[in-house]
Amino acid sequence: MNARSRHLARGTALAGVLALGLAACGSGDDGGSGGGDAAPVDTAAVLEKGGEITVWAWEPTLEQVVTDFEKKYPNVTVNLENVGTGNDQYTALQNAISAGDGVPDVAQVEYYAVPQFAISEALTNLGPLGADDLDGTFSTGPWSSVHSGDGVYGLPMDSGPMALFYNEDVFEKYGVDVPTTWDEYLEAARTIHEKDPKAYIANDIGDAGFTTSMIWQAGGHPYQVDGTDVTIDFAGDQGTQKFADVWQQLIDEDLLAPVGSWSDEWYQGLGNGTIATLTIGAWMPANLESGVPQGKGKWRVAEMPQWEAGQHATSENGGSSLTVPAASTNAELAYAFVDYATNGDGVQARLDGGAFPATTADLESDEFRSAESEYFGGQKINEVLADSAANVVEGWQYLPFQVYANSIFNDTVGQAYVSGTTLTDGLAKWQEQSATYGNGQGFTVNK
Amino acid sequence: MFVGPFMLVFALVFLAPIAYSLYLSVFRTQMVGGTTFVGLENYAQAFADPQFWEGLGRVSLFLLVQVPIMLGIALLVALAIDSGRLYGKSFFRISIFMPYAVPAVVAALMWGFMYGTRFGLVGNINDAFGVSLPNPLSPDLVLASIGNIVTWEFVGYNMLIFYSALRVVPHSLYEAAEIDGAGQWRVISAIKLPAIRGALVIATIFSIIGSFQLFNEPSILQSLAPNAITTSYTPNLYAYSLSFSGQQYNYSATVAIIMGLITMVIAYVVQLRGMRKEA
Repeated sequence: MNARSRHLARGTALAGVLALGLAACGSGDDGGSGGGDAAPVDTAAVLEKGGEITVWAWEPTLEQVVTDFEKKYPNVTVNLENVGTGNDQYTALQNAISAGDGVPDVAQVEYYAVPQFAISEALTNLGPLGADDLDGTFSTGPWSSVHSGDGVYGLPMDSGPMALFYNEDVFEKYGVDVPTTWDEYLEAARTIHEKDPKAYIANDIGDAGFTTSMIWQAGGHPYQVDGTDVTIDFAGDQGTQKFADVWQQLIDEDLLAPVGSWSDEWYQGLGNGTIATLTIGAWMPANLESGVPQGKGKWRVAEMPQWEAGQHATSENGGSSLTVPAASTNAELAYAFVDYATNGDGVQARLDGGAFPATTADLESDEFRSAESEYFGGQKINEVLADSAANVVEGWQYLPFQVYANSIFNDTVGQAYVSGTTLTDGLAKWQEQSATYGNGQGFTVNK
Repeated sequence: MFVGPFMLVFALVFLAPIAYSLYLSVFRTQMVGGTTFVGLENYAQAFADPQFWEGLGRVSLFLLVQVPIMLGIALLVALAIDSGRLYGKSFFRISIFMPYAVPAVVAALMWGFMYGTRFGLVGNINDAFGVSLPNPLSPDLVLASIGNIVTWEFVGYNMLIFYSALRVVPHSLYEAAEIDGAGQWRVISAIKLPAIRGALVIATIFSIIGSFQLFNEPSILQSLAPNAITTSYTPNLYAYSLSFSGQQYNYSATVAIIMGLITMVIAYVVQLRGMRKEA
């Protein structure tokens, strides 16, 4: 869901440079305390006492959560505001923080952006407030994503363990087996495109989130972050090489539909069988149901293809956490709400709304796993997706300035899709420009 | 005393933003390390920034190719309508002006869909005639495609400037020319064009500023062709990306100021040259 809305927003984000003068505030003194002496929140007492908090989020299922929450705790008022999706919201948040005014008490932050806010001390460390006791509550991928240094800077709201979504009709029509390894995937791509030149195994015009997730699954660690010391190394990273090898062949042989995700053409392609698979996060089913109604009964889910046969490695793609900005004046109540939405009764309300959980209890519950999806021809898709959540490769790190790095992905790596540049060259350029930015922001990158 | 309120509004609305941008441009805010005064370092960085110069080169090329085409078409249409030989001239006038009334964002979206090689107009033509037109959104062609959109949008606007200038030329001049035996071409080159020189210069200056500020069209098309239109495709788009994706407000303000100065200088030179001969 997050990725979808993020891409939509990118196209419509249109403020002139004139807004620039208003956008920044030069003062920049930071009031973040980081919260050192806090004791675990006595949520019951805090909720009884009540108060008012403001929540910035674009996740649609939170509306129901807020309604239920206010009903259950009548003394609490929650103002749910959608100030933009993804990057738009981060910009607003960053501005509010540097202005020291209008900062929300709770903010939705995607996993890849958590380090960026944590390192600039913009978020409250939720550990002392009670998050330290939540080890094991959330699946490992999202749980490690909200950690930065020794702190816990958010509670996982949803997760996006990757899986292979495929259009079974296409595979049956051309007599192709569903690929279990990336080599088989490449073969399948060739066969499908050969039998119908209008059909492709997938679409891709260069997507930073997808690329990093693929490298993650291949066991790569191109980003190493230790405080403000950052290393970016694509050239010497084995996982990156594995990905680049296979993907370069797909690009060279024109086996990927040149269609951007979340575009009209994309939805049409998913519906009419010209885009046969999607390797994407577990939050996708709800989007397929609403965006591709003509695909009903045709789509299935399988484990993500593997880099080596017999393995069961996956990675995370998208997903967000709920955080408490350091400038919140009501951090305890904010934490109580975050806890309710991510770990309390809020979870069920969100699952009913089509979200994919990050909580291990739900991922392992029979009720959740055995639910049959009508859209997927009665397949128990949650079994596949929940297994994927358990198989996420550990140890991945995002850059503490991943938001910016992702924004220049198409300037650099994207060129491999439209010109003679190779993926490896593109990645090298991405590395170089990301490093320049990082050094300019006061990090020590590749030094 | 009457000037007081004007000066106040002037200072608030015009001078304050410029002063604030100047103020921003001499600082640097880092994620690690906070805000420091850096003097002219941002300017030095911009002058050595290949992305900035590439963007500037791109809009300059755009200016040199697109603006003459657009103004040429606008002038032709204005002369045709003014000649009185065109049937239904108010129909032509309004339909050529119409695109200007379409918001630039909508126009760019509309053209973006038409440029689509799969489901767009280009795709339909390919299917219907069995041809394979080059993709207008590929890196090599996308600047021309943007030029096409901008031309479509602004021909009518410029035509109206020229046409209104032509309308105020006294008819006695045409009659005198006719008596002297001048043909239509002679009338155009000896009377009409010199008479609207001022309008030509104004339209050119507007177009120069418009080209240097190119933003809406590439920004909209970027979502359709992210690999062809980079985040530093035009200087304006670059300033926008720096500010909104990179939180580099200071550097962004610097780029905006440099771009403003360059635009001013070029517009001023054109004005000087254009007006000098008139006297």
